[in-house]
Amino acid sequence: MNEEESKSIGEQPEKTPVAPAEEKKEREPLFHITKRDGVTWKQAIGIRALAILAALVFSALVTVVLTRDNPLSVYATLVKGAFGKGRTLVTIHDIAILLCVSLAVTPAFRMRFWNTGAEGQTLIGGLATALVMFGLHDKVPTAVLVLLMLLAGLAAGAVWGVIPAVFKAQWKTNETLFTLMMNYVAIQLVQYFLKVADKSGSNVVGPRLLGDGIPNLFGVPYLFNILVVGVLTGVLYVYLRYSKHGYEISVVGESENTARYIGINVKKVIIRTMVLSGLICGLAGFLIVGGASHAVNPDIVGGRGFTAIMVSWLGKFNPLYMILTTLLIVFMGRGADEISTQFGLSTSFSDILTGIILFFIIGCEFFIRYQVHFNRRKKAETAEEKEES
Amino acid sequence: MEPKLALQLKGISKRFGNVIANNKVDLDLRYGEILAVLGENGSGKTTLMNMIAGIYYPDEGEIFVNGEPVAIQSPKDAFDHRIGMIHQHFKLVDIFTATENIVLGIDDGKKFNLAEAEKSVSEITERYGFEMNPHKKIYNMAVSEKQTVEILKVLYRGADILILDEPTAVLTPQETDKLFAVLRRMREDGKSIIIITHKLHEVMAISDRVAVLRRGEHIATVETAESTEASLTEMMVGKKVSLNIERDEPKGPVDRLEVRGVNCVSPEGVKLLDDINFTARAGEILGIAGIAGSGQRELLEAIAGLQPLESGEIIYHNPQTEEAEDLRNKTPQQIRELGVRLSFVPEDRLGMGLVGNMDIIDNMMLRSYRRGKSIFLDRKQPHALADEIISSLEVVTPNAQTPVRRLSGGNVQKVLVGREIASAPTVLMAAYPVRGLDINSSYTIYNLLNGQKKNGVAVIYVGEDLDVLLELCDRILVICGGKISGIVDGRTATKEQVGLLMTKVGGETPKEKEVTGA
Repeated sequence: MNEEESKSIGEQPEKTPVAPAEEKKEREPLFHITKRDGVTWKQAIGIRALAILAALVFSALVTVVLTRDNPLSVYATLVKGAFGKGRTLVTIHDIAILLCVSLAVTPAFRMRFWNTGAEGQTLIGGLATALVMFGLHDKVPTAVLVLLMLLAGLAAGAVWGVIPAVFKAQWKTNETLFTLMMNYVAIQLVQYFLKVADKSGSNVVGPRLLGDGIPNLFGVPYLFNILVVGVLTGVLYVYLRYSKHGYEISVVGESENTARYIGINVKKVIIRTMVLSGLICGLAGFLIVGGASHAVNPDIVGGRGFTAIMVSWLGKFNPLYMILTTLLIVFMGRGADEISTQFGLSTSFSDILTGIILFFIIGCEFFIRYQVHFNRRKKAETAEEKEES
Repeated sequence: MEPKLALQLKGISKRFGNVIANNKVDLDLRYGEILAVLGENGSGKTTLMNMIAGIYYPDEGEIFVNGEPVAIQSPKDAFDHRIGMIHQHFKLVDIFTATENIVLGIDDGKKFNLAEAEKSVSEITERYGFEMNPHKKIYNMAVSEKQTVEILKVLYRGADILILDEPTAVLTPQETDKLFAVLRRMREDGKSIIIITHKLHEVMAISDRVAVLRRGEHIATVETAESTEASLTEMMVGKKVSLNIERDEPKGPVDRLEVRGVNCVSPEGVKLLDDINFTARAGEILGIAGIAGSGQRELLEAIAGLQPLESGEIIYHNPQTEEAEDLRNKTPQQIRELGVRLSFVPEDRLGMGLVGNMDIIDNMMLRSYRRGKSIFLDRKQPHALADEIISSLEVVTPNAQTPVRRLSGGNVQKVLVGREIASAPTVLMAAYPVRGLDINSSYTIYNLLNGQKKNGVAVIYVGEDLDVLLELCDRILVICGGKISGIVDGRTATKEQVGLLMTKVGGETPKEKEVTGA
């Protein structure tokens, strides 16, 4: 702080219009913030790249200070954890499933319908799939079984999605709370199923009772799931951007008044879009239970229903960008797990790293929208230079 | 050394992204004068005033109050320098009384004493001749009373420099006169006043000097007595502009839209429209005048199928089939399916007429996207329409892919009106289509409305500027408190007559309404 600033009189109101002759200077703010008029994509990428770089440097510092391990070897382990030998396929599958749930919430989010119930909608889809497997896995041919599993999963997800939508459309209930509470109903139903299906008291109903589910494509595990989600991403992108439905979703989301003004049936759009959202969640449940875990318990969705909210926002509700955001989140998650095991650190440490990186990535959006100006101007009259502090 | 000024700006600049809102503006305000700041929309008037009032901080330049350099970083700083601004949008707590609102947020270290405060508020009202009941709650107040509270708020805080941002936009001619009388008394009391307005005749009536801004730059400050409306317009626009609106005789008007005994009630049970009867004719412009919020919006929305009716009928005479259709309680989609070509330019452009975050092409599609059986959108036709409107109405935009919220007010309106006219309507309703538009854009809109009238469209124009209503419209319907207080001929009616009708039935409170009746 220099002399000038401490002499500031900003706080005292001037009562008299007559000013004393000697210099009285007021403090100028150190910086001020203005809104940008939009940045070129090159600038935006540059800012984001800087943010990731800054995050890595900061994480490295934290790593050194807290653990005294070499940050470079920590990062190497991070990459190995996600894309090391024999891990890549699992990582891609994790990406696919998280992306699927994120795609599910996206149409609703574009409509400004805050669906926080993807966890429950996916879980109930998974439960329905498991029920079909439980009852029919040794009774019907595989093709029929898979089809029935799919239909059951889709239907259950759609029902879980449409209930809050109907209430919102008819009685303007709060969709955030409603969808959130539906999650707990789904969890309880799964727990009830566990009790009834497996008398042994185990808290997982696994392949022993459910069978093998979806067979491997070309002998590669998870390939079916990955392909389905790949196709879905493209389809949803086209649906949101080029179809009349997608257009209506955007209009309702941007302004319900405009939607009414041009004669869009807002209630219908809300319900239709939430059916879609629920269907995709149901599909995710079907893929998880039928194509990966072959088991059901309340943790099969594993919080993806909530992570999906972040993925969708970070991807600006654009299915193609969301591929990148899921990649980042899954990569960080898996890599961080590896760090904990390799370096014998608590799993909380990986959470810290993920937290730091997300903080920087989300935080940099501020600098994409706003510009910070530092006031380094000099006052000509006093010829005194302000020092940068 | 030059005489001390109440307020002096030197080389003030402010940028928003790439937009230069103010570029090296110099301005001075003397003690005890009324300075009008005149400029088209987007010329940077409000931005400049916001920097004086502490809402924004300038990128460059200096501000002097009473000859001293100051840094105004917040409205509180501004008050400390005895500067107060009355914004266009009132910031009052509805359930508080006038006095409570006035003292709200004052922290002078003294014990809070409402009775004391009331006394000093009354002193101020008497001194300047305000008419106000200090115990009245804000939600019971008319717009002009709310404005009075805002002005008192600033005076109570001891402001010597007052900035009023378009204070007359919400007032009737009579209320404007009262406000001006108060402002003159303040000037006599030594206060310095800056007033922003679009209306030239008001500038002539009230100000001592006029500062003209154009595209963020200060063009000149002139003595009002030495200038004329024409010379000010020229400075403001940068070229000579004709200020006459053409008005042809309606050619063979036939009844197009009949509104009979329409009543509307809000969900809270307040009567919004009270027995409305009128006919809109093809080839004629029907003006609707009234104080803001007298039921104009509800009336247009009722016709457009957006406001459910309590009772009454809205009959459309279809020129093609010669049939009469009742539009009562039909949705906009059903109305269109009946073959009724009804276009509506709503008051809330970006909240209702357009989608701000969508580009011009997607906004063009709002009316037409349903066409065809395909499940996919056809963006070709809307793109062609967007390009056509951009070139024919001279919309200033980088391209058709620009989100409309990035455009200036006038260009937003051109996009909206252009789209509504493009669907070849038989009835065109426009609510405040020139609000906030500069002179050039306003005249573009008037010409478009006149063009529609010539094509035999029944035009309904809701306006707030009585001079324009009287110049443009064939007939003027005056609405007051949800009731029609009169329908006058636009060619013979006077401003005073319309102004009186605007306040005739009832006023704002329902109680008085019953007494006066129709």
